[in-house]
Amino acid sequence: MLRYVLSRLLSAIPTLFLIITISFFLMRVAPGGPFDLERPLEAKVMENLNKIYNLDKSLWEQYLIYLKSVLSGDFGPSFFFRDFSINELFAQSLPISMQLGLSALALALAVGGFLGVIAALRQNKGVDYSVMAVATLGVTIPNFVVAPILTLILGVHFGWLPVGGWGGGAFVNMVLPVVTLALPQIAVVARLTRGSMIEALRSNHVRTARAYGLSGYTVVVIHALRGAILPVVSYLGPAAAALLTGSVVIETIFGIPGIGRYFVQGALNRDYTLVMGTVVVVACFVIIFNLIVDLLYAMLDPRVRFD
Amino acid sequence: MSKINENTVLEIDTLKVDFETNTGMVHAVKGVNIHVDSGETVAIVGESGSGKSQTMMAAMGLLAGNGITHGEVRYRGTNILGSSIRQLNKIRGAKVTMIFQEPMTSLDPLYTIERQLCEPMVEHGEYTWATAKKRAVELLELVGIPEPARKVKAFPYEMSGGQRQRVMIAMALANDPDILIADEPTTALDVTTQAQILELMADLQKRLGMAVVFITHDLGIVERISDRVYVMKSGEVVEEGNTKEIFGNPQHEYTKMLLDAEPTGSKAVVPDSNPIVLDAKDVRVEFETETGFLKPNHVLRAVNDISMEVREGQTLGIVGESGSGKSTLGRAVLQLLPTAGGRVVYLGNDITGAAKKKMQPLRKEMQLIFQDPFGSLSPRMTVGQIITEGLLVHEPQLSAKERDLRAIQALEEVSMDPAMRNRYPHEFSGGQRQRIAIARTMILNPKLVVLDEPTSALDRTVQKQVVELLRNLQKEHGLTYLFISHDLAVVRAMSDTVMVMQKGEVVEKGLAEEIFSNPKEDYTKELLAAAALKPA
Repeated sequence: MLRYVLSRLLSAIPTLFLIITISFFLMRVAPGGPFDLERPLEAKVMENLNKIYNLDKSLWEQYLIYLKSVLSGDFGPSFFFRDFSINELFAQSLPISMQLGLSALALALAVGGFLGVIAALRQNKGVDYSVMAVATLGVTIPNFVVAPILTLILGVHFGWLPVGGWGGGAFVNMVLPVVTLALPQIAVVARLTRGSMIEALRSNHVRTARAYGLSGYTVVVIHALRGAILPVVSYLGPAAAALLTGSVVIETIFGIPGIGRYFVQGALNRDYTLVMGTVVVVACFVIIFNLIVDLLYAMLDPRVRFD
Repeated sequence: MSKINENTVLEIDTLKVDFETNTGMVHAVKGVNIHVDSGETVAIVGESGSGKSQTMMAAMGLLAGNGITHGEVRYRGTNILGSSIRQLNKIRGAKVTMIFQEPMTSLDPLYTIERQLCEPMVEHGEYTWATAKKRAVELLELVGIPEPARKVKAFPYEMSGGQRQRVMIAMALANDPDILIADEPTTALDVTTQAQILELMADLQKRLGMAVVFITHDLGIVERISDRVYVMKSGEVVEEGNTKEIFGNPQHEYTKMLLDAEPTGSKAVVPDSNPIVLDAKDVRVEFETETGFLKPNHVLRAVNDISMEVREGQTLGIVGESGSGKSTLGRAVLQLLPTAGGRVVYLGNDITGAAKKKMQPLRKEMQLIFQDPFGSLSPRMTVGQIITEGLLVHEPQLSAKERDLRAIQALEEVSMDPAMRNRYPHEFSGGQRQRIAIARTMILNPKLVVLDEPTSALDRTVQKQVVELLRNLQKEHGLTYLFISHDLAVVRAMSDTVMVMQKGEVVEKGLAEEIFSNPKEDYTKELLAAAALKPA
């Protein structure tokens, strides 16, 4: 088990290396640089700036310098927020994004899973159809539409919830962004759960459970749901990625100081280190989540235990 | 015929089962009366689609969601049909238990045997978890599972099909039931395992004295174990009575047909002067299973140095249980799998490991027919397209019209209406699909055909027709067959020489007549005893 985790973490290193390399050079392909303003800087100033940030060196040298600093856990200075290093920026914003993303993931699993099970148990009845209709809506309406509408109704019209800001992670501030971020995931999880649950309820071993007079709870939760949840668990990896990237929009709309908005700002300002830092952090999250998914899977299904 | 009396435990009274489908109501069971007295063994016999399983499923409240029932099912006088799940759950799993056809999937893969055995015991209130666990070990011992104290901690995937079925039987016995309903419990198992499971059930019944309802299509089993028989056909009981009466003096046409359905006849031995079509020497097939990075791979030898010589017009029957390597051997001689050793000579050509280019023209003459008539035909092609697809490769010069003509001929050859060629496979029954698969092969005028369990998925009566068709085709075209099957009755009717395989090796080999009448090896004897063939 421990060996498995270690080998997975080790195998993440080449993946991260590739991601860093590709995004580093892709960034540099984009025209313009961090100090290209509308009114050009004086040549001397520009030269000094380039020197300070190593931009006067060849691309290869810059790449090696960057790799070296990343290896020592330093993502370098920000080119745009000149008084901050990337590490400092992330120290403030990453916990906020994680809180937002994990809350949304938990909400999506709880609500989506519950709806999916209910729909499967009432297959082809009214409840099923309405849950699936709502789920379809949830997937199709983009969150930059949902967010303003929810804000308008709950924040402006009724005045129950603040329309933006983080407020240090206060509950009222979290409701709107978390719900908006979770909605499409709720829809996906509900659909997935419904599908696999219907299959599980029809499976032979669930028939055995029913034939042996086991209670409804045992049949549905213990024998059907545990197997049915497996596809949902597999989806957690991509879901984590979707939530992290989804938060780019949400954080911008609600003015939340998370890492999502750095994606946008970093890219627009050609803040090379900032973009690279965000890419690396997101990649790490996706890798770790996929590992968690595999471990969870093994916990649920004895057939895929790693020995 | 026995009447309903005070000993009657279960009584099914004019039970009807309908299914609501998109294409209208399907009447699966049309007013069936069945009763079971305490301690007796009742068999319900019928072919697939006769409603025999649905009758018992309906009685136990296990129908699919679109099933509708009418009538009454009385357990010791009280009607349980259509009663609440709570009411039903007092009986099912405690007083009436079931074992199913699919031992591989009937147990939950995610829980240990112990947990699954204990659940019904605890649920029905007779045991605590602690006492149930003790009983679980006893039960496993009772059903003959070695090392029960260790095996009880195992997961289903760690057990063989036969062992899983034993676990199901243990589960069925846990609460000392009055009735055990066994729905084709041995159909998915190998013949020798089948015989063991039947023996176990008969023995347990004698010791524990519950009634057994045995649902099966296999009349051999019925004759061996049951006291009374109900014969079902398209949702109705067409005949009932004591086993002896039914077998000795069947009244209904359908019963007579079922009894007569075992494939009969045998094949004359071909003269030694016929040319050798297939000459295989020391064929070996190995599979490597990867165990891990930098660790030596585990090599599984599926076929171990097997030789054979098959002459034109000959049928070599290859017999063995699942995992014996018989299918692998069939594929290896056709060069569909790489061989690890030995050589295969087809009509004087050494084709061992031959390049694709060299094999291509020979493929036309060397054909393969598969077991599963449902999976081996593309659902998105018409029958005509399926049959003529091989011609596109092997005789590309033919025009569409000529191909169509060949399709008509091929369908006629397998006794099917050529007008069917514009339909899709799902519109046909299993037997018809197997005919289509045969037509697809015959259209290429093959010389050597490997038949991999071509009749195993079919009902006995259909089997008999397919066997006759295959024999006629062989006679007309001088075909050479490799007939792979675990079904000894079919092999006896088809082959002139027989090879018995076990664990990748040949156990015994010889003329069919000799092997069936005078087997030399213990394993062959065991197989023959388990199959309980009627004298030819």
